[in-house]
Amino acid sequence: MDTKNLAYVRTEMLAPAPAPLSTSTVSGWVRANLLATPKDTALTIIAIALLLWTVPGMLQWLFFDAVWSGADRSACTTIAQGGVQPDGWKGACWAFIGDRFQQFMFGRYPLDERWRPILVAILFVALLAPLLIPKVPRKGLNALLFFVVFPVVAFFLLHGGAFGLDEVETPLWGGLMVTLVLSFVGIAVSLPVGILLALGRRSHMPVIRTLCVGFIEIIRGVPLISVLFMANVMLPLFLPTGWTIDNFLRALVGVAIFASAYMAEVIRGGLQAIPKGQSEGADSLGLSYWQKMRLIILPQAIKLVIPGIVNTFIGLFKDTSLVSIIGMFDLLGIVRLNFTDTTWITPVTPITGLIFAGFIFWLFCFGMSRYSTFMERHLDTAQKR
Amino acid sequence: MKKTLLSAAIGAAVLGFASAASAATLDNVKSKGFVQCGVNTGLAGFAAPDSGGNWTGFDVDYCRAVAAAIFGDPSKVKYTPTTAQVRFTALQSGEIDLLARNTTWTISRDTALGLNFRYVNYYDGQGFMVPKSLNVNSALELSGAAVCVQSGTTTELNLADYFKANNLQYNPVVFEKLEEVNAAYQAGRCDVYTTDQSGLYSLRLSLSNPDEHIILPEIISKEPLGPAVRQGDDQWFDIVTWAGYALVQAEEFGITQANVDEMKNSTNPDIRRFLGVEADTKIGTDLGLTNDWAYNIVKGVGNYGEVFERNIGANTPLKIQRGLNALWSKGGLQYAPPVR
Repeated sequence: MDTKNLAYVRTEMLAPAPAPLSTSTVSGWVRANLLATPKDTALTIIAIALLLWTVPGMLQWLFFDAVWSGADRSACTTIAQGGVQPDGWKGACWAFIGDRFQQFMFGRYPLDERWRPILVAILFVALLAPLLIPKVPRKGLNALLFFVVFPVVAFFLLHGGAFGLDEVETPLWGGLMVTLVLSFVGIAVSLPVGILLALGRRSHMPVIRTLCVGFIEIIRGVPLISVLFMANVMLPLFLPTGWTIDNFLRALVGVAIFASAYMAEVIRGGLQAIPKGQSEGADSLGLSYWQKMRLIILPQAIKLVIPGIVNTFIGLFKDTSLVSIIGMFDLLGIVRLNFTDTTWITPVTPITGLIFAGFIFWLFCFGMSRYSTFMERHLDTAQKR
Repeated sequence: MKKTLLSAAIGAAVLGFASAASAATLDNVKSKGFVQCGVNTGLAGFAAPDSGGNWTGFDVDYCRAVAAAIFGDPSKVKYTPTTAQVRFTALQSGEIDLLARNTTWTISRDTALGLNFRYVNYYDGQGFMVPKSLNVNSALELSGAAVCVQSGTTTELNLADYFKANNLQYNPVVFEKLEEVNAAYQAGRCDVYTTDQSGLYSLRLSLSNPDEHIILPEIISKEPLGPAVRQGDDQWFDIVTWAGYALVQAEEFGITQANVDEMKNSTNPDIRRFLGVEADTKIGTDLGLTNDWAYNIVKGVGNYGEVFERNIGANTPLKIQRGLNALWSKGGLQYAPPVR
């Protein structure tokens, strides 16, 4: 039957109607999202009042009243305090950050040698960026360069003492550089070691299982700060006279084993979430233990616990500031150290410095967090909702 | 004070082999090529980094003086920043050769901790700062006050003793880092701030209204701050002590960094002996150094007065008066035994 000539059958499309007001106009959006019910309206008003109450003052303090240039404390102090600002002035002292920026990045690394950490940073970014972008080919070679070649090159560049480079001892290292080196080593060591520990803990071999459980539980049962404190204060007393282990190395080892123990538990969480059928399926295909883990179990398990892994990374990144108790100055430590310099002692220096340090930490942590969200979406093939 | 007990226990344990371990600190230092000096992790005017990241300050200059005496070069120092809690263990374990960290010389540190003190580079005393609005004119009116104080220091002990002796109640508000104590005081978490007077000066710099705070007249303690070394190495102890006295003696002689070369031609035999130009002098070699050790100190860092003025004196933001730290001949306590 020909339906084309029936009167009740439409023969052409309706003209598209404009979108509903609530989704197309600003006022519609406001009405739908901010003023929908009396309760919404009240909450909106309270939120706006809060913003009006805090934000202008904050902007005023952070930017409009802030001091952007100057060579010493007089730029950031009022006349009563011995400076040039009018009495009652309050604002951020970015001049302090500008003056000490280099030190915040490199610590007391010799001025003439600072191209070395900069070169390491460039190499780091150049190798890491293609590794992070899924589309770029040759991941295997890239990973080899990044995890095997790069650390060696970076060590000789930063520490020197070979290939005609002057030795720069670790007590001279500081600032963001120390924070990044500690976190990079912590992250790079903790993931593989954590995976091995997690597998070991689920192993059926009693010796391996006991060792792994013991390691994880002992390390997790002790605060990082006490591990660092022991390494710094007690270890030298036990070593023979004349033996010293570099302070920085002690911190590195402490941070790395600490992060590994936590990572192991995160990975174990992922392993436990994989149904037993996966493992049995692999067995029935005749895969060996390592093939099974590498090809079937771990890819699924790790994907599941990406948020947990990144959580550990972020925690580790921030924990590195604990090394200040053993006399190393990470980013936070070096910022705080500079509060005591008489050139820059002012009432506003500490808060400015802490805001700066906080901002840098936030940049890195937020970057890691965004990347992990991206990665989750990218790998989300089976469990998409 | 668990930490003190721990330190004392370690001190006692270390003492057993300290004489063997540290008998030749000088040889050790010479073969290393530098002095490992423990300094504060940051105290305005005493130890803090400059914009180039170099350590500067009153205590730092003292370390440099020791390096100048040994090597003729004040830059041959490596600094280990130490917190109040780890400073003694760092020294006892041999990690540092010398502790120049505004450390109060007390009998228990001198004996039980196995340390040696003799030279005092800064005579300090503990004081109180209060906001003017409290209308307090004497520490005796502070009953019931909340007092901000740094933990692990003699300050904390003196505070307890003083309030107990005067039958006053108080609430200690204790922090580990000086900067936290400062912040707490500024935030009004306590009514009174107590620390050594040198610290009160630097705190005033970071207060938003310095004029609204007064320092009470009571000085409740003697705080002779000086360098410390391990027991059991008299030669090293002598070097460290006399490097300090040389600074003071140079000021008394009127020898400065600028005129030290001229002074070598002085006819005063005392000065000639001091600078090592008198022919038969053996002062330096008896110390285990060269005879121009004192010349090197003055040439490298200046005399005591210069070091004081450069780091904490009237022309610095801290504006600390010489007071007790003036030479003995000017009414102070800085007195060097004769160099002869």
